[in-house]
Amino acid sequence: MIAYLVQRLLLIIPTFFGITLIAFSIIHLAPGDPAELRAGGGLGAGAEGGLSTERRGSVDRALQEWRALYGLDKPLHMQYLIWLKNLFTLDFGMSFKDSQPVWGKIVERLPATIKLNVLSTALVYLVAIPLGIYSATYQYSFGDQLTTFAAFVLFALPSFWVGTMAIVFLGGGDFYYWFPPGGLQSVDYSPGWPWWQRLVDQGWHLCLPVLMLSYGGFAGLSRFMRSSMLENLRQDFVLVARSKGLAERVVIYKHVLRNSLIPIVTIMASIIPGLVGGSIIIETLFSIPGIGQLSYEAVLARDYPIILAVFTIGSVLTLLSILLSDLLLSVVDPRIAFSRRAV
Amino acid sequence: MQPQRRFMSTQTTSAMMSRPGASQTPALELAQSSWARVWRQFKRNYLAVIGLCVVLGLVVMALSADFLDNDKPLYMVYKGQTYFPVPYSYLVNLRLTQWPPELLNVDYRALTAERAIFPPIPYRPNQIDLTNPFAPPSPEHWLGTDRLGRDVMAGIVHGSRYSLSIGFVSVGIALVIGVLLGALAGFFGGWVDLVISRVFELMLAIPTFLLLITIAAFLKPSIFYTMIIIGLTGWVGMARFTRNEFLKVRNLDYVMAATAIGLPDRRIMFRHILPNALAPVLVSVVLGIASAILAESSLSFLGVGVPADTVTWGSILNEARSNTFAWWLAVFPGAAIFVAVISYYMVGEGLRDALDPRLK
Repeated sequence: MIAYLVQRLLLIIPTFFGITLIAFSIIHLAPGDPAELRAGGGLGAGAEGGLSTERRGSVDRALQEWRALYGLDKPLHMQYLIWLKNLFTLDFGMSFKDSQPVWGKIVERLPATIKLNVLSTALVYLVAIPLGIYSATYQYSFGDQLTTFAAFVLFALPSFWVGTMAIVFLGGGDFYYWFPPGGLQSVDYSPGWPWWQRLVDQGWHLCLPVLMLSYGGFAGLSRFMRSSMLENLRQDFVLVARSKGLAERVVIYKHVLRNSLIPIVTIMASIIPGLVGGSIIIETLFSIPGIGQLSYEAVLARDYPIILAVFTIGSVLTLLSILLSDLLLSVVDPRIAFSRRAV
Repeated sequence: MQPQRRFMSTQTTSAMMSRPGASQTPALELAQSSWARVWRQFKRNYLAVIGLCVVLGLVVMALSADFLDNDKPLYMVYKGQTYFPVPYSYLVNLRLTQWPPELLNVDYRALTAERAIFPPIPYRPNQIDLTNPFAPPSPEHWLGTDRLGRDVMAGIVHGSRYSLSIGFVSVGIALVIGVLLGALAGFFGGWVDLVISRVFELMLAIPTFLLLITIAAFLKPSIFYTMIIIGLTGWVGMARFTRNEFLKVRNLDYVMAATAIGLPDRRIMFRHILPNALAPVLVSVVLGIASAILAESSLSFLGVGVPADTVTWGSILNEARSNTFAWWLAVFPGAAIFVAVISYYMVGEGLRDALDPRLK
C-alpha cells in the first residue's frame, strides 16, 4: 500500500508541472498585456492617439515601471521560475488589480463557494440516493422510467438558462418576487440581527443558486446508485437472504443497500475540485462573491496571478481527490487490490 | 469481442441508417448486418428516434436559414422584371455575379414591387432597428426583439448554424486528437501509455471551463477560435475510450495475425483495430456535440468569445441577464439550446444502448 501511494504521489509531480506550465504559457502568450490593459481607456488609449512624443514617453515609462513592479519585464522562463519558487511558500503573488495578496483574496472568497458547493452536494445526495434505491427496487416499473426520464431532462437543462429564467420570473422583476435576484445578503442586512434572522436571510439567498448547481447532478448519481443496487441484487447473498425468509425491506435496506453504498462513498471525494472554479457561471449569474466570480473577474481584467492561483489550486485539489477516491475505494472494499488498479 | 462487431473501415455512419443491403462480399455483408442490428435496436427506442428527428430538423433549419429568415424576398416582380433575391444573393456572395443597380443596397420592403413573397420571418438576424427595441412577441416579431431591435426568431433560426457548426467542427478536432492519442497509448502500452496517460490526467485535472473562458477572453472574439478551443479542450473522453478499446482488442488473434504477416504498426492500428474501436467512440462523439454546444452557449452567455455583431443562442440569452423584464430574451434562445442539447443526448443514449452487446 505504501509503495502504491508513493508511486501515485510521484506520478502527480510531472502532471502538476505540466498543468502549471500550460496555464502559465497560455496566460502569458495570449496577445495583449495587462499593463496596456490597465492603462487602456486612459493612458493607453491616449498613447495610441496623437499624444506628443514627450508625453507618450512618460506613458511608456509608467507602463515600464508597472511591468517591473510585477516582474513582467523579465523573460518568460524567469517569470515562471520565480512564480514556482514563490509557490512553495504558498505565495501566489499580488493581484494586478488592487495589489492585494492573491492568497488573501482567495481565502476571503472561499466561504461563499464552500457554502454553495457543500449545500448543493448534500442536496444531490439526499435526492439522488433514495431515487436510485427506488428505481432499482422497482426496476422497469412506471415510476422507475419516470424518475429516470425526469432526471435525464434535468441533466440536459442548461443551468444558465434555468438560472436566468428563475431570475426573470421569480427574482423580483416584472413577475414574482419570491427570491432575491443575487447576492448573499439582503440590502438591509446587519450583523446585529438575531441568529435565526441571519440564517433565514442566508437561506433565502442561497435557495436558487444551490438548486441550480444541484439539479443537473441528480441523473448521474441516481443512475450510479441504481446500477450499483442492481448489481448487488443479482448476487447470491440476496438469494440466500430471501430464501431464509427475510422481509424484502430487510433484504433491500440492510443487505443490498450497505454494499451498494461502497462505490458512492468513494465518489464523495469528487466534490472537492468543484470548490474551485466549478461554479463560475452560477456565481456570476447570481452575483455570489465566491471563487468562481473571482476567477471570472480576473479573466476579464487579465489578473494573471489570480488566474494562475485558481488553476493551480483547482488542479492540485482534483489530482488529490482522484487519488483519495482510489484509496477510499480500496479501503472500504478490500477485494480491490492496489496493484491491479490502473495507474 | 464478438464477431458482429468486426466491420470494415469503409463503413461510415451513414451506413448505420441503411437497411441490410444487397449482398456484396461476405465481410461487407457481415458489417452491414452489424450496423443493421444497431439500427434495429436504435429504432425501438422511440426517444432516441425523436432525438434523431429533431437533430435532422435542426440541420435542415441551419441549411435553409437564409430562406426562413431574410430581409430579401424569395420571389419578386419589380418593374416588370422577375427576381429571386434570396437565391441570387448566394451567387453574389460567390462573386459569380453582381446585384443589378436597382437592387443594390435597397430596402426591399420600401420597394413598390408588383408582387413579392417574403420568407416567413422577413428580417435578418443582425438587422438593427433602433426604433423598436425590446418589443414583446407580436405578429410582426413572433418572438420579440432585443435591445437593438433585432428579431429574436431570426436570431434563433440563424443561430442554429453556429451551434451546428461549432458542434461538428470542435468535435471533429477533438476526435482527431483523441483517437490519435488514445490509439497510441492503447496500442503501444508501456512508457508511451504512461506518458500519454499523464496528459489525460493533466487534462482531467485542469479546470476545463476556466481554461475555456481564459483562452476565449484572451483571444480576439471569433466563432472560429471558439470552435478550435472547445475542440482542443474536449478530447479527453474520446481518447480514454479509444485507449480502452485498443487495450481490449490488441491481444486478439486477428491483430496477432496482422502482425505475423508483417503489416506496419500504422496499418494495424488504423486499418484493423480502429474500425473495431469506433463504436464506443461514436457514442462519445454524439455526446461531445451536445457538450460543445453547451460550452459555446455558456461562453457567449458570459459574453466571451463571440463577436458583438454575431447573434448566437447564448448571446441572446446573455441580454436577458441585464434586462430581466424582457422575458422573451430568456425563454426562447434557452429553449433552443435545451432542445438541441437534449436531442443529441437522446441520440447518444440510444446509440449507447443499441451498441451495448449485453442487450442484444
